[in-house]
Amino acid sequence: MSLEVQIEKKLPDFTLDVSFRAEAEPLSILGASGAGKTMLLRCIAGLERPDRGRIKLNDRVFFDSESGLNIPARQRRVSMLFQNYAIFPHRTVAENIGFGLEALPRDERSTRVAELIGRTHLAGFEDRYSRTLSGGEQQRVALARALAIEPEALLLDEPLSALDTHLRSQVEVQLQETFAAYRRPTLLVTHNMEEAYRLGARLLVLSRGRVIASGAKERIFQGPPSVEVARLTGCKNISRARTISDHSVEALDWGCTLRLAQPTVQSTAQPTGSVGIRAHHIEFVEANGAANEENVFPCWLVRSSETPFRITLFLSLQQHSLQSPQPESAQLQAEVYKEKWQRFRDKPFPWHVRLRTDSLFWMKE
Amino acid sequence: MRSGYNPEPMDWSPLWISIATSVTATVITLFLGLATAAWREGRKGSALALVDGIFLLPLVLPPTVVGFLLLLLFGRNGPLGQLFLKFDATIVFSWPATVIAATVVAFPLMYLTARAALEQVEPSLLQAARTLGASEWRVFREVALPLAWPGVLAGTILSFARALGEFGATLMLAGNIPGRTETIPIAIYFAVEANEMTQAATWCLIDIGISLALLAGLYYWTHLQAPERVRLARR
Repeated sequence: MSLEVQIEKKLPDFTLDVSFRAEAEPLSILGASGAGKTMLLRCIAGLERPDRGRIKLNDRVFFDSESGLNIPARQRRVSMLFQNYAIFPHRTVAENIGFGLEALPRDERSTRVAELIGRTHLAGFEDRYSRTLSGGEQQRVALARALAIEPEALLLDEPLSALDTHLRSQVEVQLQETFAAYRRPTLLVTHNMEEAYRLGARLLVLSRGRVIASGAKERIFQGPPSVEVARLTGCKNISRARTISDHSVEALDWGCTLRLAQPTVQSTAQPTGSVGIRAHHIEFVEANGAANEENVFPCWLVRSSETPFRITLFLSLQQHSLQSPQPESAQLQAEVYKEKWQRFRDKPFPWHVRLRTDSLFWMKE
Repeated sequence: MRSGYNPEPMDWSPLWISIATSVTATVITLFLGLATAAWREGRKGSALALVDGIFLLPLVLPPTVVGFLLLLLFGRNGPLGQLFLKFDATIVFSWPATVIAATVVAFPLMYLTARAALEQVEPSLLQAARTLGASEWRVFREVALPLAWPGVLAGTILSFARALGEFGATLMLAGNIPGRTETIPIAIYFAVEANEMTQAATWCLIDIGISLALLAGLYYWTHLQAPERVRLARR
């Protein structure tokens, strides 16, 4: 089972030009707002018509610009979960879930609806209307309604963005259970990298209508292929860099020379690129003994920003006076748990950080 | 019989003619306006601006212009008049003429309100219905229409009120034949002309009464009842 998409569509600001293949597993589509993610889903569902290309699910061709084929949405058997859930306000929960089962005989339909209500933990809500439901309940109704027609592919547009934070993890677990049982191509659009990582088996990163990374999520998060992907996957520390040898680079913004575990470039034709490290990968080490070790640098605290359990420290590898402050791009952001920070917060400067060779990644630009 | 004063017995036929005409015209307008609004919904193009303009013209044109155009269309030499002649039917100066005139002037109100109501329906609801396998007809009947129903009903009431008040085009196309084409507004005009002020005043009060009841009912319905009815519309 697989979904093959290769489409082009001109949008006001850019052209959506996407080509990928999704197997029978959840695929997260990550991108900033306005990257063309929703439009991509709408093209697959048959709600928008691409300018060019081909969409194929299993052995059924939905769209083919060459032959002029464009199967209408109602015949595609592709369910879409809308960002606002699109529950019919004039129908009860049970009527909403049964909407796509009109062709079934009445008793068979009510059996299916009852089964879905059980599966989505909506028992007792059968005769309620959407305006009396919470966001999480509405999401479950929308999911049950989408699954009712036994779709051959499931498309979810920002399924968690309308929910309160405390509901998200709960709904996320439910989605994971649903995906595990569903085992058909599932596309999930989100701008939240953590959601994308937790819910998808594979990842597709979209920027201004183009695929800028795709593949196993672990690989993309460990070694983003470009600065843009690094930023979208939440990397806070990126410095322009110049290669010195296969395994060492000069980080121009940070002002240091780094060794890398991964080789940088094979040819010296393109000596510049960027180097990055995630904020939680920066290690704090004791000055004595470690100071001369590989990729260990003295640093000074510029400012800090607290969240309930962690703290982000903005560090400079050079000592600067207040009169000539450093540009922000020169600063390293390190994220540590507060318990750990308690242990070195009162120590005198300079502190020492280690940028581990296998935490650093090189990006060709 | 008293001397010097000879009151004619009140002829109630204009009331029945007015109601029959308005009801018929409103039913036709409802279906025509809904169908046109549904067809127009979701279509784009500059040519459609002209179509919209034509649909709305009866709202702004003097009724005499509408009446004159209808005469050209349904007269003995008009294209539609010729067509009806083949079936031995004459439209001009007949009761159907009052219905045609009322329908044409009421149509823009129905079309405008129905379109506005359909446009208000959240597009994702219609799209969700499509992805769930519903045909366009089912999307319209089971999603768009029930949700747009308050607006459509408002349009129906406005259309009825407008049809009830129609005078100019009716007079030109249907004339004033007591008992056949004489509606309340026409009866008022000719009563005044014949200096029968009591009769004119009676008809005026009846007309005001019906219109006021309709508009007050509309206000009550849209402002106080609508949320409940939206939910019940499907039942």
